[in-house]
Amino acid sequence: MTELVFHPGLVLIIGALILPLLRGALRAGAVVVLPLVVLALVWQVPDGPAWQTRFLEYTITPLQGDKLSRLFATIFALMACGGGLYALSQKSRVEIPAAFVYAGSAIGVVLAGDLVTLFAFWEMMAVGSTLVLWSNGKNTSYLAARRYLMIHLLGGIVLFAGVTGHIVQTGDVAFTRMVLDSPAHWLILIGFLVNAGAPPLSAWLPDAYPEASWSGTVFLSAFTTKTAVYVLIRGFPGTELLIWVGMFMVFYGIVFALLENDMRRILSYSIINQVGFMIAGIGIGTEMALNGAAAHAFTHIIYKALLLMSAGSVLMMTGRRKCSELGGLFHTMPLTTICGSIGALAISSFPFTSGFVSKSMVSQAAADGHLLAVWLLLTAASAGVFLHAGIKFPWFVFFQKDSGLRPAEPPTTMRWAMIFFAFLCIGLGVWTQPLYALLPYPVKYEPYTWAHVLSQLQLLLFSALAFFVMLPYLKRTLTITLDTDWVWRKLLPGAQSRIAVALRRAVAWVTGEGNDQVSGVIARLNQHGSPSGRLSSTQSTRSMALWVLVLLLGYLLLYYL
Amino acid sequence: MKDKPHWLDQPHNVKRLWRGFLVVLALTVAAELLVHRHPHFEIDSIYGFNAWFGFMGCAAMIVVAKALALWLKRPDSYYGKDHD
Repeated sequence: MTELVFHPGLVLIIGALILPLLRGALRAGAVVVLPLVVLALVWQVPDGPAWQTRFLEYTITPLQGDKLSRLFATIFALMACGGGLYALSQKSRVEIPAAFVYAGSAIGVVLAGDLVTLFAFWEMMAVGSTLVLWSNGKNTSYLAARRYLMIHLLGGIVLFAGVTGHIVQTGDVAFTRMVLDSPAHWLILIGFLVNAGAPPLSAWLPDAYPEASWSGTVFLSAFTTKTAVYVLIRGFPGTELLIWVGMFMVFYGIVFALLENDMRRILSYSIINQVGFMIAGIGIGTEMALNGAAAHAFTHIIYKALLLMSAGSVLMMTGRRKCSELGGLFHTMPLTTICGSIGALAISSFPFTSGFVSKSMVSQAAADGHLLAVWLLLTAASAGVFLHAGIKFPWFVFFQKDSGLRPAEPPTTMRWAMIFFAFLCIGLGVWTQPLYALLPYPVKYEPYTWAHVLSQLQLLLFSALAFFVMLPYLKRTLTITLDTDWVWRKLLPGAQSRIAVALRRAVAWVTGEGNDQVSGVIARLNQHGSPSGRLSSTQSTRSMALWVLVLLLGYLLLYYL
Repeated sequence: MKDKPHWLDQPHNVKRLWRGFLVVLALTVAAELLVHRHPHFEIDSIYGFNAWFGFMGCAAMIVVAKALALWLKRPDSYYGKDHD
């Protein structure tokens, strides 16, 4: 360490731990100002390693800057600020501090120069986000948080194995570009992709996010998937497999969102859809494509947060989350309607919104690379975004048939947060320079040509036509669509109980034989294994989580020894 | 108090919006005569490519979604009280 540079991520995490002590205006001020201080600190981080230390035979770089890191750290800090403002009237006193730990860890990931630091912050993100989910306080949130944590711990273990293998093989802990030449690198890629919401575990996202509070989902939407995009840009650019993973996610997101009835589940599927565009861009791997992926992550965080803020406002004011119970809210929530619609236009890449100037770079890169199939799919998917998020969400929530609900607009702080983000959505779409200057590579791209604007307008408006023409097929019903979470919510628990029944039958059959010795063994087994015995006493999830924590910490400790 | 329905709730205004929308659609296709698009491939040099491709693409996605729903749709109480 040559000069004093603060670690923005750690500052946010430490600040988050102090927040619960504050009350009233002081707390409100701190919630908004702290992320701005962090933003300023992000811009103090110089290019290259800022914190570096030798540990055993490795060089650990907990803080390192470059354009790509700064881009992501900047949007994470902005998001913490906007999300904090939005969540000020949240009753739970755990949520904002948890969200700030989560955001600080995400900033820690994107500023980490080595894989050990990266992994440590990666796991802290899982803890922070689980707490955000859990702080909603409902039983459904608690169960969802448990499933969410399970998947992320699994992803973490895969990533840990990959990182360990990489270090053993190369003797180097630096986080640099990798190719898929060893099992370790495959494991790292899989670990990253789990957090990106890639198949086959993708269902964790729409399962968990909509179970958070009206403000919690806003935070959740921003960090986990986008840090995954960041690490993929840095670690695996140009990996062709990612094009097809991205393509799958894009269409999976659209199709499932089309079938969904819960407004925040629609938006959750649309996160996967949008991250799919980014991952496809990373797979294409040219400078234009990587710029596009990075820019799209930046703009996506803002408009997705805005969409979820408008959905959160509706949820808070009406207590309803199903499209089939909503509609006609534009009467009494005009501001929320306008802000939600701006977010919907931005996600659809409508000209003069932020999505237009970011996503089109990925398509352009596909065209430049003469990837006809990829380009056609991306174009169809762009149309599909307007269909499933751009129109479907605002239409069913704010317009369609009148539900008769006449809720008021949400509290002031929530309105200001929405106005702030709506302004950013338009601003970034109209003035492209500030965003383009932040991108990792020089931008040789002009989004506003007559040809591009016209093509995009045709595409989107005819998608809208398709939506309204086929509206009878899109009527909302009180249904869900099974996703891969069915495996760990139904299939595995079901199999477990079936095996238990089979075992019990087997035991009954053996004891039925009247064999004394067997009976003796059975009696002893019964002593420990009976419902009240030691072996089969149900462990509370809390103690399970504790043991997992102890195990992981022990692992980490052993690793350092 | 509010006897007069919101202008968006009046059927004749909705009809007007529809007409306006169709006019805009026609204009975007007609504008192609004036604006030279820069086709990247052979297929998108066809007249009105984005219009018909966007429409057909969306229609196809809705059909696929409906087909998938036949197989995967369940009542929203499927996982117990999760979706209250």
